[in-house]
Amino acid sequence: MTTEAAIFLAVTILVVWGGLVASILFLRAHPESRRMPPGGEDDAAETAREAGGPVVHDT
Amino acid sequence: MARASTGPADGGTTRTREQWSGQTAFILAAVGSAIGLGNIWRFPGVAFDNGGGAFMIPYLVALLTAGIPILFLDYALGHRYRGSSPLTFRRIARWAEGLGWFQVGICFVIALYYTAVIAWAASYFVFSFDLGWGDDPTAFFTTDYLQVGDPGFSLDFVPGVLIPLVLVWVVTIAILAAGVAKGIERANVVFIPLLVATFTVLVVRALFLDGAADGLNALFTPDWGALGDPGVWIAAYGQIFFSLSIAFGIMITYASFRPRRANLTSPGLVVAFSNSSFEILAGIGVFATLGFLAAQEGVAVGDLEGLTGVGLSFMTFPAVISEMPGGQLFGALFFGTLVLAGLTSLLSILQVVSSGFQEKFGWSPRAAATGIGSVSAVVSIVLLGTTTGLIFLDTADNWANNIGIVGSAVAMTILLVWVLRKGPELRYHLNAVSTFRLGSWWYVCVGVLAPVVLGYMLIDRIVDLVQNGYGGYPTWYLLTVGWGAIAFMVVFAAVMSATRWRSDPDALEPWPPYPPASDTRAVKEAQR
Repeated sequence: MTTEAAIFLAVTILVVWGGLVASILFLRAHPESRRMPPGGEDDAAETAREAGGPVVHDT
Repeated sequence: MARASTGPADGGTTRTREQWSGQTAFILAAVGSAIGLGNIWRFPGVAFDNGGGAFMIPYLVALLTAGIPILFLDYALGHRYRGSSPLTFRRIARWAEGLGWFQVGICFVIALYYTAVIAWAASYFVFSFDLGWGDDPTAFFTTDYLQVGDPGFSLDFVPGVLIPLVLVWVVTIAILAAGVAKGIERANVVFIPLLVATFTVLVVRALFLDGAADGLNALFTPDWGALGDPGVWIAAYGQIFFSLSIAFGIMITYASFRPRRANLTSPGLVVAFSNSSFEILAGIGVFATLGFLAAQEGVAVGDLEGLTGVGLSFMTFPAVISEMPGGQLFGALFFGTLVLAGLTSLLSILQVVSSGFQEKFGWSPRAAATGIGSVSAVVSIVLLGTTTGLIFLDTADNWANNIGIVGSAVAMTILLVWVLRKGPELRYHLNAVSTFRLGSWWYVCVGVLAPVVLGYMLIDRIVDLVQNGYGGYPTWYLLTVGWGAIAFMVVFAAVMSATRWRSDPDALEPWPPYPPASDTRAVKEAQR
């Protein structure tokens, strides 16, 4: 490869794949917000969804 | 189902809305949707044609200023209003429901031909084992395999296409019928790691081919003059826009299956960068392989024909595979990855249609998948399983993407930001539940930049299609299939909007309430 193309290949990989690694690390460090407003807990229960049965629920 | 209050028909029970089993499952499904055929066969050629290494600059700018902001907009809509596109837009404004159904119409049209490409790739996966395309892959593809006729409508079915097409539809309907968690999620949890691993093996193999360095030189050597060409910037925004599966209902629908108290923007960044990372990987693999073909033929990479789309996959690549040592395995890997990438995207496209009908008519996932899947399959088989399938695909794809999706995005951004003034509420929603917080720059991206750039793309393409037609096809055919597809979406949207909801769609209190009731620390933080 030419030096110019190699540099652009490396920079592209660094920025895009680096962006992926950085976003994954950020998500791992901050998986869920701890400052959510109260409420919003009336969504489907995990067990109900898995069972697929009739559930009284308001989304 | 979103508040699927049901009548006596199913015992008067209420079904819960389906959900992903967790954050990772959501990310994998969203990545599966975003990574599709366009990543493999569109990005490398577009990058090469638009400045090579220099293209990466407008590409990254487009990712950060349009791709990710519109992705967040989709997430905010589906998550706040707890529905696929029609229900979401209906809940925002009664008269806006039609835009949601227009997006469902886009998905329906795309699903018709997307299935055919997966069927072709499945056929070529089998052909790879004995290099069944022979010495002239181009003639084999158009004449022997597809038996392409003149533009028009034909009932001359091609058995070689028909059989895999039926199989793809059966598999797709079966996965959709199993529901979001047990169907789509499980499929993606298996298919996406398999896709990435397989494609990585393929790229590593390609890098060791003779001439691979020349291919990479062709792709990454920057043409700085291209940065002064507005067309290159438009191409970058177009690539990012089409690649991320945004603005036509998919990400709205997928986000609606997240629990209310769920992080949105941080997983969104992972999805967006995963998609681009795969594109870069595909660019390296495809151009390393093309470098090998150019070396074998004694020409420059730029002189090769068929560097994008159907031509790249089903004409150029078979030619390369025939010439390389161990080509059978390489071919199987390549076409296998096309099938996986296509199938995971197809599932997301059809889920938009399925969810739209589930919410409107109170259907179960199984009923919706079976009913809609069967109708779609019949239409798809009649239009794509015949000798005119390739021409239909080429035409419908051009209109569905360049007019349908781009038009949908322009309408959506203008409607939400300027007409309904929902920008602050949606930003508040994203910041209230997410760990990556958005500043006011987000308004500029989705409210100004996106409609301006995409609006320019839309008008430019409409003028071009009206003045020059497309693909050398007859005008009556373009009117019927191209503009006809758009007319179908509009009429479908009008008819479906006028249809009665099975249950009250407006019975929803968006959470968190906006404007926020109290001036708590959390609210302040979310508004920051």
